[in-house]
Amino acid sequence: MYSKNFSRRRYIIGGIFVLIALAFLVRLFFLQVVDNQYKMSARNIALRTVVEYPARGRIYDRHHKLLVYNDAVYDLMVIPKQVKNIDTAKFCRLLDITPEFFREQMAAARHYSSYRPSVFLKQLSKKEKGPIDEIMYEFPGFYFQTRTLRHYPYPIAAHVLGNVGEVSASDLRADPFYSVGDYIGKSGIEKFYEKALRGKKGSRIVEVDVHNRVRGSFQDGKFDTISVPGKDLTLSIDEKLQAFGQKLMQNKMGSIVAIEPSTGEILAMVTSPSYDPNLLVGRPRSENYNRLLHDTLKPLMNRAVSGTYPPGSTFKMVNALIALQDKVITPQTWFTCQGPDSKPIACSHYHVSPLQLKTAIALSCNSYFWKTFNRMMNDPAFPNTHDAYENWYKKVLTFGFGHKFHTDIPFEVSGSIPTEQYYNKLYRGSWNALTIRSLSIGQGEILVTPVQLANEVAIMANRGYYIAPHFLIAMGKDDTIPSRYTVRHDVAVQNPSYYKTVVTAMQEVFDSEGTAHYYRMDSIEQAGKTGTAQNPHGNDHSIFVAFAPVKHPKIALAVIVENAGYGATWAAPIASLMIEEYLTGKIKRQKLLKRIEDGDLIHNR
Amino acid sequence: MSRGSMFGKPDWFLILVYLTLVLYGWLSIYSASAPDQGAPIFELSQRYGKQLLWIGLALFLAFSILLIDAKFFSTFAYAFYGAMMLVLIGVLVFGSTVAGSKSWFQFGTFALQPAEFAKFATALALAKFLSTRNVGFHQFQTKWKVLVLIGLPAALILLQNDTGSALVYLAFILVLFREGLSGLIIISGVVMTFLFIITIIFGELYVSAALLALTFLILLFRRFRRQWKSIGVVLVLSVAFVFSVHTAFHKVLEPHQRVRIQVMLGLKKDPLGAGYNVNQAKIAIGSGGMDGKGYFKGMLTRNHFVPEQSTDFIFCTIGEERGFLGVTVLILLFITMLLRILFLAERQRSDFGRIYGYGVASVLFFHFAVNIAMTIGFAPVVGIPLPFFSYGGSSLWAFTILLFIFIKQDANRLNVL
Repeated sequence: MYSKNFSRRRYIIGGIFVLIALAFLVRLFFLQVVDNQYKMSARNIALRTVVEYPARGRIYDRHHKLLVYNDAVYDLMVIPKQVKNIDTAKFCRLLDITPEFFREQMAAARHYSSYRPSVFLKQLSKKEKGPIDEIMYEFPGFYFQTRTLRHYPYPIAAHVLGNVGEVSASDLRADPFYSVGDYIGKSGIEKFYEKALRGKKGSRIVEVDVHNRVRGSFQDGKFDTISVPGKDLTLSIDEKLQAFGQKLMQNKMGSIVAIEPSTGEILAMVTSPSYDPNLLVGRPRSENYNRLLHDTLKPLMNRAVSGTYPPGSTFKMVNALIALQDKVITPQTWFTCQGPDSKPIACSHYHVSPLQLKTAIALSCNSYFWKTFNRMMNDPAFPNTHDAYENWYKKVLTFGFGHKFHTDIPFEVSGSIPTEQYYNKLYRGSWNALTIRSLSIGQGEILVTPVQLANEVAIMANRGYYIAPHFLIAMGKDDTIPSRYTVRHDVAVQNPSYYKTVVTAMQEVFDSEGTAHYYRMDSIEQAGKTGTAQNPHGNDHSIFVAFAPVKHPKIALAVIVENAGYGATWAAPIASLMIEEYLTGKIKRQKLLKRIEDGDLIHNR
Repeated sequence: MSRGSMFGKPDWFLILVYLTLVLYGWLSIYSASAPDQGAPIFELSQRYGKQLLWIGLALFLAFSILLIDAKFFSTFAYAFYGAMMLVLIGVLVFGSTVAGSKSWFQFGTFALQPAEFAKFATALALAKFLSTRNVGFHQFQTKWKVLVLIGLPAALILLQNDTGSALVYLAFILVLFREGLSGLIIISGVVMTFLFIITIIFGELYVSAALLALTFLILLFRRFRRQWKSIGVVLVLSVAFVFSVHTAFHKVLEPHQRVRIQVMLGLKKDPLGAGYNVNQAKIAIGSGGMDGKGYFKGMLTRNHFVPEQSTDFIFCTIGEERGFLGVTVLILLFITMLLRILFLAERQRSDFGRIYGYGVASVLFFHFAVNIAMTIGFAPVVGIPLPFFSYGGSSLWAFTILLFIFIKQDANRLNVL
């Protein structure tokens, strides 16, 4: 080499080395420390959140019979962005779907989001998912999500239990707990106790590899949350009694509500026509729902809680008790009755006259109760009829009428007891006892629900108080039920002797002269009252309320059979059979049972 | 005989840096290819197990080189070079093709890549030639002889369809610069690269117009006017170059090379195609943060989201698992090694030792710079390994031989008269 004059160039070369290294460090600093975008991208690429769905709480009846449980099904989910190079023909063959269906579902999923999972195919059974499950790795972008579907071993109490369906757009907006495709209680107990039944979702963050295979949990599950199963519910429903009630009510419209008086627990709530709750589960759900929705007999309506009826004569006990309390009559007060010729309210039949309160209840004398009501409205204790009415109104309300119970009864309505203001408006302030005389016999503007009616008999059974009718007995393992389900509501009439009079009269309803004497049982002392509610839409509703045994009541119930005529014809035997079934566990009166079961008031009208 | 006299006086500091890099590299390969952290390391069916074997053999090679007489390499420099050229021709005839490049000799399950070894042979030959008395860049024949010396292996490797390895020979320009080649060549190289890029981005017409405008601007200054002739020549050459870019870009380059350049320049977004590697690599490195996700915690590199992660893209594993601190350590280790080599080269008494040292530094620097640049999106994807890090026996051995011949030269420098 001829010269070494270039040795200073080593600094230039060294400088280039250092400069490049510095450029790298600056670039890497921005890439790794300053910019967060890559951390997000890395998570999106390599992590997947797997939601762990908790099992929905099961529902038991009062004797711990399982009424509702879960079946596992599998939703095939798709993340369109991750679907690459799959053998579509094979995929369709394994799932037994057409290529058109595949394209439609993919288009729909892409329309929703390319990056977020959509349901590709809903509710596959374990058997249906079997063939494809083993080779899922061949289909990147697809995975199975376990879901649970409700199953009902007994096809009963559909309206009480309610049903579960996919969340709607408004559900999604209302509660961030839910995501698309989740299930939510849509009605009944399922809806009321949704928060307890649904449990808590868990989530697992898993690492996936480039082939979308799960490689294990992310950071040893540090960010995972465990799902908490929903709480099991025990309801007051008696499966056997409920099923029996539904059998009695088949081919009839109406309802039965049976309550345990001492606790307010609803033993049975039958509404007819009804349907098998299994119809509203799974893939046929929406089709079946539409069919039920458009049925002219309105099987989706729960008549027991949202049907309102005039109570008719079953309301006479309430009027009797208030009259006794206000001392406008005594049990010994005599009134006369001219049968169907009576004015201003006709009686349904000719009977002994004059008569006392007990007989008047047993025979359901309209004249007696008009006269009693007239005395109440003209009670000298009050300056005028309006104040007397206000007094009556307030007392009626204490019997549970005119308002909701606000327990776990779904779709409850208030019914209606007309207010003083209502009449003032209706009659421009000018009205008196005669104007509103229908109230004396439970007609007119009074509307009650079957639950309220059952509660009224429970008050008779308890001799002066009720506990709000409800379904819940226990929730989960150690949850105590809300205190409002046990609080005792005392009604405006407390004197035991008044109740003695009324209850004795109700017992006499089953005596030889009484309106329900055909349904007397020697083994069980029953107390009841017929009602025949006129209604503007057709034949009278047949109503019966009853409780038994008289001494230590175990069951109080109200039966309404729509457009079935006299209370004694249909409602009374149904009530009596319910009592027999509940208290003895078997029916001796097989002939009566057969007549009721076979009775078809829908198709033979 | 003491160890010192047997080896001469090797630079233990450089050897220590080398060992650190090799160990750091193996740990990264282990994490990139082992199924889990406890996997037995002597698993010859796995890359990390094989690499351990390659490292063992590399250390044996290094040890052997230190035992050989330093003069052996300068004496037989041309012989090495000639033999390697024959091997490069041989691989074109007998070699097997891996990933599109016919650059491998297959021995059973084991393959050697001669192109890797051609680097040290070329460095030796170049050092030998330039250290010859009365050779200088003032002579025209020196220039073309050097061009042939460097160009021949590059051309042969290009014929193997291994563009990346061929480009490495550009690194020797740094050696030539140190030995007196005009700096204008480097500057014009940089300018041409710049013109190439802006022409691809903005098109010939705009760039030519800009060049013209620039020329007028320069000529506004009185003191430049006297050189109007040379300025004019530069302008004409530049414009001619600019107009040839289109042809070069669309006719000479392979389509995949073209797309890689476009992706690098941000002209094309193709995160699932040509841009996939770099995009995934950037995400892996970028998600590492300051101190990384932890050893064996790189969820992208460990789950195969980054292609070639144990070979050309090994830098991603370090970036993701060790974070900015980890890559800083790596870059500092390399810079330390490179500057140490420059320092040692400059203290050589023989021209051969110095020139060879610069050859070593240049080749290592080129690999280091281009490999990292491509992983972080600074350069188009060129498949060349990160020295001492990337998985592969050929490259590890070639770099070890390259480095240790220099260490031996340095160890023996005091014996040079």
